Amino acid sequence: MPRDDVPDNRGYFGAYGGSFVAETLVSALEDLKNEYQRARADEQFMAEFRHELKHYVGRPSPVFHARRWSDALGGAQIYLKREDLNHTGAHKINSAMGQALLARRMGKKKVIAETGAGQHGVATATVAARFGMECVIYMGADDIARQSPNVFRMKLLGARVQAVTSGSRTLKDALNEAMRDWVTNVNSTFYILGTAAGPHPYPMLVRDFQAVIGEECLWQMPELAGRQPDVVIACVGGGSNAIGIFHSYLAHPSVRLIGVEAGGKGLGTGQHAAPLASGASAGVLHGFRSYLMQDADGQVLETHSVSAGLDYPGVGPEHAWLKDSHRAEYVAINDDEALQAFHDLCRFEGIIPALESSHALAQAAKMAPQMDKDAILLVNLSGRGDKDINTVAQLAGISLS
Amino acid sequence: MSRIQQTFSRLKTQQRVALIPYVTAGDPDPQLTVPIMHALVSAGADMIELGVPFSDPMADGPAIQRASERALLHGVNLKWVLALVAEFRTSNATTPVVLMGYLNPVSHMGYQVFAEQAKNAGVDGVLLVDNPPEEHIAKVFKPYGLDSIFLVSPTTTETRMQLIASQASGFIYYVSLKGVTGSSSLNLDEVAQRIPLIRAAGKDLPVGVGFGIRDAQTAAAIGKFADAVVIGSRIVEEIERSSREAVLDNVQRWVAEVRKALDAQI
Repeated sequence: MPRDDVPDNRGYFGAYGGSFVAETLVSALEDLKNEYQRARADEQFMAEFRHELKHYVGRPSPVFHARRWSDALGGAQIYLKREDLNHTGAHKINSAMGQALLARRMGKKKVIAETGAGQHGVATATVAARFGMECVIYMGADDIARQSPNVFRMKLLGARVQAVTSGSRTLKDALNEAMRDWVTNVNSTFYILGTAAGPHPYPMLVRDFQAVIGEECLWQMPELAGRQPDVVIACVGGGSNAIGIFHSYLAHPSVRLIGVEAGGKGLGTGQHAAPLASGASAGVLHGFRSYLMQDADGQVLETHSVSAGLDYPGVGPEHAWLKDSHRAEYVAINDDEALQAFHDLCRFEGIIPALESSHALAQAAKMAPQMDKDAILLVNLSGRGDKDINTVAQLAGISLS
Repeated sequence: MSRIQQTFSRLKTQQRVALIPYVTAGDPDPQLTVPIMHALVSAGADMIELGVPFSDPMADGPAIQRASERALLHGVNLKWVLALVAEFRTSNATTPVVLMGYLNPVSHMGYQVFAEQAKNAGVDGVLLVDNPPEEHIAKVFKPYGLDSIFLVSPTTTETRMQLIASQASGFIYYVSLKGVTGSSSLNLDEVAQRIPLIRAAGKDLPVGVGFGIRDAQTAAAIGKFADAVVIGSRIVEEIERSSREAVLDNVQRWVAEVRKALDAQI
């Protein structure tokens, strides 16, 4: 696992990150930070994490050359990092597994999590079942409606799914409610955070557990394509799959890193979830400072995206830092572009991608035709799209029931 | 001496406990905020905690969440809250007002700009729930005479109490339970044990207790060892369930009862 100079010991990535929480949570975060540092240096813990990733999650996930789709686009070669093939169907399990092992190490019997698309909720419910822990998942009422297959999966796995009806009834409100639970039951409960955001040490810890994605690509790409990619592309909501694949490539300055945010109905409409690409200012929400979609009064704005997993007004602090330092670029893909890429991958490659990942695919589809045939784009296919078939059908005017 | 210090020193000579009610600015609507503040004072409030509405009140329970949503529906922003305090000050020059809220609206306005405007409006102290002492904002507020109120919780270590005390002024706010505002699992013995420790760390800064005080009886019990009692959610619920016509009377009656219970033990 990479050890890095960011964040600093107060959790700052440049001007972003930190720990802005109510006093009751401070000691819990301190305990978590200390325990994580011990765990990271504990060879037995890391060996168990790797063992679970290999035998339970099914890693390494393959890299696949999307040859038919690349040919159809007529330019660069597109390679897909198949996180959709992980157990539970997305990258979320990497970090959920790491955090569950930490929870067990800390003697916590109950885990809680927030979820947007439901992928992190399913991953958390899965590891909770795997280790015999009580599990409560907070999910916005609107997201419950649009991700019903995942809600049922969580229940099958023994989790209690708590509908959140406050605020915009989506991911940010689920996070608020999970924080409220944690502050109330802080001694008994471990909060398994779903993305590389939140108060320190979460952005660091989630990044470290997700970094396995890029670590694998580093040896898989030369094996399959003969060299490292020219560009790595990943979707960014909170930013965990993106930081997971970017992290190992930070040391390869010739590799362009592109994060793709949810452009919703278009940046000009204001109905999007793209704090970085839209040039939002910095703010503090959910325990950390980063770029944040907010109004002139510092109230957090409601966001829009066709994909519940990207429907979030903030972004992980490391991405804010990477944007400022120009090491990574951030762009937005609109709902309709993402949907087009969704359908294209289904038809050209026989892979149903998550709507979140479809944003990254759409960016690749935009860039590939402008590039040489021997150029290489590596896209993090962060999750599979079975959970999204209701949404896609509904948008096409088809009823599945 | 700040208005908050004056208030505590007066109460100390009178051997009385400070009663600090909380209401959210702009709830149920902005026109009622100043009348409600005056009603609180005439019911016996020694200080007022005025909530600044925020879209994501993570440390608040359902009652204050709803109050925040009602205020935001009226478009109440931080500037408006400051204007309400200024309006209150035109007819009350003595009762301290502490703004309570979240960091982002203040950070978005800019700390200096906020501090200057808050001072001009007649604000006395600021409590930002998600602003830890590590960020050292207190030193920005201090030159403007604004007291920085910090929370201490049942999980705060003694080392950390020192750090908080080194920046706190006005009083220290002890969160009497693990949880959000308006919960009801307060442990009196625990509170009694912690307060002397906080007082020692705070070099005799007054200690107020809040979160989870829902009736006059509990307020009186807390008042036996605390310098101040903060009551929020229960009053906000009173506002929520009252008609527009009855809200001032209902709030005043409820707070006066608490005042009576607190004073009964002198």
